[in-house]
Amino acid sequence: MIQLKVNGAEQSFDGDPEMPLLWYLRDVLGLTGSKFGCGVGLCGACTVHVNGQATRSCVAAMRDTAGKEVTTVEGLEKNGLHPVQKAWMQINVPQCGYCQVGQIMQAVALLSSKKKPADHEIDEAMSGNICRCGTYQRIRAAIKAAAGEMP
Amino acid sequence: MSAIENVSRRRFLAGGIIAAGALVLGVRYYSKLSSGDKLPHDTNADRATLHPNAFLGIDADGTVWIVASRSEMGTTSRTTLPLIVADELDADWKRVKIGQAIGDKRYGDQNTDGSHSIRSFYDAMREAGATARFMLIQAAAKQWGVPAAECETDLHVVVHRSTNRKAGYGELASAAAKLPIPSREALKFKPKSAWRYVGKGEVSYDLEALVTGKAIYGMDARVDGMLYASVEHPPVLGGKVKSYEDKEVLKVAGVRQTVPIDPFQQAPAFQPLGGIAVIADNTWAAFQGRKKLNISWDNGPNETYDSDPYKNELRETAHKPGKVVRNIGDADAVFAKGSKVYEADYYVPLLAHATMEPMVALAEFKDGKVTAWAPTQNPQAAQDIISKELGIAKEDVICHVTLLGGGFGRKSKPDYVAEAAVLSKKVGRPVKVVWTREDDIKFDYYNAVASMYMKAALGADGKPTAWLQRSVFPPIPSIFDVNAVYGDPSHLQQGWTDIPYDLPNLRIENGPAKAHVRIGWLRSVANIYHAFAIQCFTDELAHAAGRDPFDYLLDLIGEPRTIDFKGVDYPNYGAAFDAYPWETGRLRHVTEMVAEKSGWGKRKHGKGTGMGIAAHRSFLTYVATVVEVEVNDQGEVRIPRVDTVLDAGLVVNPEATRAQFEGAAVFGASIVRSGEITATRGAINQSNFQDYPVARMAEAPYQTNVYIVDSDAPPAGVGEPGVPPFVAAFCNAIYAATGKRVRDLPITKLGLS
Repeated sequence: MIQLKVNGAEQSFDGDPEMPLLWYLRDVLGLTGSKFGCGVGLCGACTVHVNGQATRSCVAAMRDTAGKEVTTVEGLEKNGLHPVQKAWMQINVPQCGYCQVGQIMQAVALLSSKKKPADHEIDEAMSGNICRCGTYQRIRAAIKAAAGEMP
Repeated sequence: MSAIENVSRRRFLAGGIIAAGALVLGVRYYSKLSSGDKLPHDTNADRATLHPNAFLGIDADGTVWIVASRSEMGTTSRTTLPLIVADELDADWKRVKIGQAIGDKRYGDQNTDGSHSIRSFYDAMREAGATARFMLIQAAAKQWGVPAAECETDLHVVVHRSTNRKAGYGELASAAAKLPIPSREALKFKPKSAWRYVGKGEVSYDLEALVTGKAIYGMDARVDGMLYASVEHPPVLGGKVKSYEDKEVLKVAGVRQTVPIDPFQQAPAFQPLGGIAVIADNTWAAFQGRKKLNISWDNGPNETYDSDPYKNELRETAHKPGKVVRNIGDADAVFAKGSKVYEADYYVPLLAHATMEPMVALAEFKDGKVTAWAPTQNPQAAQDIISKELGIAKEDVICHVTLLGGGFGRKSKPDYVAEAAVLSKKVGRPVKVVWTREDDIKFDYYNAVASMYMKAALGADGKPTAWLQRSVFPPIPSIFDVNAVYGDPSHLQQGWTDIPYDLPNLRIENGPAKAHVRIGWLRSVANIYHAFAIQCFTDELAHAAGRDPFDYLLDLIGEPRTIDFKGVDYPNYGAAFDAYPWETGRLRHVTEMVAEKSGWGKRKHGKGTGMGIAAHRSFLTYVATVVEVEVNDQGEVRIPRVDTVLDAGLVVNPEATRAQFEGAAVFGASIVRSGEITATRGAINQSNFQDYPVARMAEAPYQTNVYIVDSDAPPAGVGEPGVPPFVAAFCNAIYAATGKRVRDLPITKLGLS
């Protein structure tokens, strides 16, 4: 039995310990905000926070989440929208939107560790998150807009 | 998507899936239902107090329901089309709720591709809004005993100014519903000066849902009791299962059973590819079980296909006389005179769509009927293929359309939706088929691999006196007829038969090529390789003639004129020539404008930097693009800036249009940098983003500036036309920066590093 916290709530899991966190979140808990894009940690669509760190949930085995705190987009902000989500709306970032939750979770992690990231730091931090619609320049702009608004 | 109407909400574990359906009275363009017809689904628009047509309903509380009949994959058409209705209705956008249509032929064409949602539905949307506004005004006039001509609307209310009376749309809805539906001739459309939304635009209706993870894509669809499936497809197109062993599969925890799927008959079309499906309690178990499958394949005749020799074959074919698709004068006679002749071969490999959401669909077969939930660009085609595969009537297939995690043309082909339906019938439970990224890359409908041979003779002034161009590519019709080898007019028109240059001697040809993989539409389709060849060859000739590429391009486009397609099979993207003539003046204008905006010829370029230019019309939109590149000593290419100017006629949603052209530049960057699918012994070599890379943030243009020409011409496409000129301009910029010519995509073969 694996015990973990998801968005603040205690959960326990007795299935295949090799199952990636992504499928536990999506298929077992029904938290579908985190997306399946590549299954091998190359696209970032599945990005969640594990103990505050941006993590590719598609390659994070359940056995490695034991005792940890997982935050998904559903638990990102208890009241209303997170400043990064607000910036995403203000800059009108999404097109199809499928990758954007992963982008947002990555951006939140970046801004938690770096208050005012420079362009090259944004490029580097976001390099694992693919957007096939091509919203990168707006993502960069939204991160800069959110940079001043973080708690 | 909390505001999306949801008649089947109770069936969902995770809520929010879209349900919509048939109409009560059809917009005139489409067949009307007779009173005895059964509706597959009511929409909130249908159930509203006032429901003058398929697309619109108004509740007594003033809520306006608008049906989005076309699929949303990021182009914002789900918002922009309703915006046209709302504008003509003079409705308050904040009181509009959008419901997504199921596949239903009464909405007309629903295949959301070809960049024509606005073009084809602009009039229908205006008419829908104007009809309701007319009826609301009539109702108010009757109530007040004043002439309707004295009444007008003002944002969700009808007003009679001289008596200072007002009535909201909601309070008038019931009375308006009792009135006859006016003829189109009786309708009054708003003058441009009164437009509230058209030309100003609006952000996506779903914006908040998209940033909070509440938006429901096909991947997120859930119903009670569903099982999950992952399918091992034949590695080679047309292959079949000889035998298979699933003993180890069934030992995997969570796996229920394996199910064979029949291979397709005749040509692939949109049929399932066949193979063995693993059915499980969750996605992961299905993936794990699949790894334990032991299948022996009969690969069939396409096993002979190897990309390298095939490339040589295409090139050899391109060097031989082909089918003449357009001719002016006598190019050969000029070539024979012994003037200076330039030749070049251009090549673009197979390209995969790689939508961020892999193919996925949920379907339930029950009591002889199918209900499907799918991220499809083409729900009516999904109905068609499911009805054929299962031998049931098309009317017995309900296809709900979820949001799409990218489409780019891939999701116009509903093979994966049919898979889910076939499996549900065999399993007796709702089944969700989830393709892995590897499935997506290996079993795509690829943009055709293409070889283009270009030849020109230059006169004393450096301008071409004769021009020959010959393209060879396996055509899209090969998915319907395996013997199809020549390009069809609808793809030869894409930047090939409509070369915009004023040339005295011109011959355009197409050679045969047999397909060994499924070929399909991908964002801008044949325009990609055609514009690449023509616009890069133009740049080569400019340098050969010692001319500035921008000046030379303008010279070749020539004086403003309407291209005469007499004797040429040129479908003009299905649009009428009187409404959408091919006007070279508009191409010239965007080209001049992009030169000005980008500072062409005015900005200094140091070592390893340069600018490239290209101009192209596709999907009836005129675009010119300048790309600036920097190439460092390690051969790494950066794109600091892109300027692109478009003339798409009337642009309903400028903000969404800018986003489309920003995205097109990134899509084009992926094509040029790394877009290449290859096959060995018929099987695709690539599998995921490590060997089919797409542009990441640092590889995308740092800044794309989009300029929209103000135009009263009828609306044209915006989703696709940004890609072709970007690809060519990027390659021309690489030449300007490095002196290396890009003739063979992607540039990994160029040896920059």
